[in-house]
Amino acid sequence: MSENLNRRKFLSIATSVTSAVGGIFALGAFISTFQPSKKAKALGASIRVSLSKLEPGSIIKVIYRGKPIWVLRRTDQMINELDNENSNLRDPESNLSVQPDFAKNRFRSKNPEFFVVEGVCTHLGCAPIEKFAIAPADMGPDWKGGFYCPCHGSKFDLSGRVYAGVPAPSNLRVPAHQFIDETTLLVGENS
Amino acid sequence: MAKNTESIFTNPLLRWIDDRFPLSSLIKDHATEYYASKNFNIWYLFGVLSMVVLIIMLITGFFLTMNYKPSADDAFNSVEYIMRSVENGWLIRYMHSTGASFFFIVIYLHMFRAMLYGSYKKPRELIWVLGMLLYFCLMAEAFFGYLLPWGNMSYWAGQVIVNLFGYIPFVGETLTEWIRGDYFISDITLNRFFAFHVIFLPLAIIGLVAAHILALHHVGSNNPDGIEIKKNLDETGKPVDGVAFHPFHTSKDLVGITVFLIIYFAAVFFAPEMGGYFLEVDNFEPADPLKTPEHIVPSWYFTPYYAILRAVPNAALGALFLVLAVLLFVFLPWLDKCEVKSIRYRGWQYKFALTMFAISFVALGYLGLQPATGIYVFLARFFTITYFAFFLLMPFYTKLEKTKTVPERVVYKKKES
Repeated sequence: MSENLNRRKFLSIATSVTSAVGGIFALGAFISTFQPSKKAKALGASIRVSLSKLEPGSIIKVIYRGKPIWVLRRTDQMINELDNENSNLRDPESNLSVQPDFAKNRFRSKNPEFFVVEGVCTHLGCAPIEKFAIAPADMGPDWKGGFYCPCHGSKFDLSGRVYAGVPAPSNLRVPAHQFIDETTLLVGENS
Repeated sequence: MAKNTESIFTNPLLRWIDDRFPLSSLIKDHATEYYASKNFNIWYLFGVLSMVVLIIMLITGFFLTMNYKPSADDAFNSVEYIMRSVENGWLIRYMHSTGASFFFIVIYLHMFRAMLYGSYKKPRELIWVLGMLLYFCLMAEAFFGYLLPWGNMSYWAGQVIVNLFGYIPFVGETLTEWIRGDYFISDITLNRFFAFHVIFLPLAIIGLVAAHILALHHVGSNNPDGIEIKKNLDETGKPVDGVAFHPFHTSKDLVGITVFLIIYFAAVFFAPEMGGYFLEVDNFEPADPLKTPEHIVPSWYFTPYYAILRAVPNAALGALFLVLAVLLFVFLPWLDKCEVKSIRYRGWQYKFALTMFAISFVALGYLGLQPATGIYVFLARFFTITYFAFFLLMPFYTKLEKTKTVPERVVYKKKES
């Protein structure tokens, strides 16, 4: 009798364990369907941007993974302006902000001339607009050129660094990127 | 109560069914011989009203699905098509969109009723927990449904909510990609949100409603006096303070349903947008990943939690507080240490706390609609604190309560004391 009970117990446990393992594998299959599909991954792959026609002082906007990516070719004047200390910034060293390591400097880029940044306000995701003129009437006499978010008034300098006292908590994000050659940018991967 | 298995029918067909299916005993157990307190007041309407709204949502939703296309290219246009070309499509859609807001109105009042009369207390803790699961499903259902029109506010509200998961340490980024199935809210995301909205969550809600009602009918309904009417039975075994759910409560409910439908259809016909609260202005523009609405505001029924999210200075902590604000409701039966159920016989501490809570909830709801600047931030922080104080201090202040004597029998009107 007790042998029978032991046998029954063994069979119950063996059945439970086998179905549990099978169940976990089945669940894994269903959960994995939620991941970005091969097509989504292909569409989200790195993109090449040709900068051969980008004039100094102008900006081009491309779309990568549904987000606007801006490439600004800074003029010498802009670079000189950024070289000066600006005491009105919240995170001038980009310690609290997102960028590849090579862009953790005051230009937030490897080559000061080309600045690559996500055009998405770090506050609530609005699109800031460019205000490159120095001290225009609407931005006040201290304005040294940069970006302004029309939604809630966040201000950023020409390196996407956020000003203190505005709603955005951190600098604009610099996406992973690298230069394949002098005029070709690859957005999506660091070298 | 002795189980009465006798058929209640004389009709031969129904008797034939009765021999093969427990029709009579189902009707008896859940309607004609289910006894609920005879002193129910207006607060006891909102349970049945939420059933009415659920049925309206299931039917209108089913008809909307026949013309709606869940793809990024077609969704917005198919909603316009429903509104302009489908015969009475506008009516079906407005009933559905207005129904969403009315669902939350009746559910919030239904929950508040439970808090007034201690309906979550022993032996009804599981009814309360099932009800909270229903509330979570309803919130998910509303969130998924809100993306479907693929308007610009839909898109950005979805973006903000999905990004909240990104604050979870380590797995956040992967988790948001997993939820969206893409690197941003895209056609893929819309398609799966549609699947959740029309298949998974409605099934879960129907199942939970069945469990909620079965649990209720197992322990019996509470009443405004918080007395267990089952403790006082007459010689036939019926509670002396109870009357049969059918026909007594059903006929009373019918009046309530009629009044509710008048108000609901007044909104459907005359104010389906409700000044931008039921349908937001920004949602009349198609989704645009590159153009954010000026103020991203969730639907009004989520704004108390949204205000809490924004009141906390740290974004990740804000997300945590939002989750806690919703979850804490589940623990009410165990946080409340007072023996007395109904607010009629409880001490001033709970009356004060519940009033503060109601004010905080409504105030946060208002603040969630305002920009997060200046005095609004200060107020949102103040009411966030009072909101959490209601729950977290509950074990202490409910122990200090000096309660009044609970009567033996239910009373029809609260006696002036």
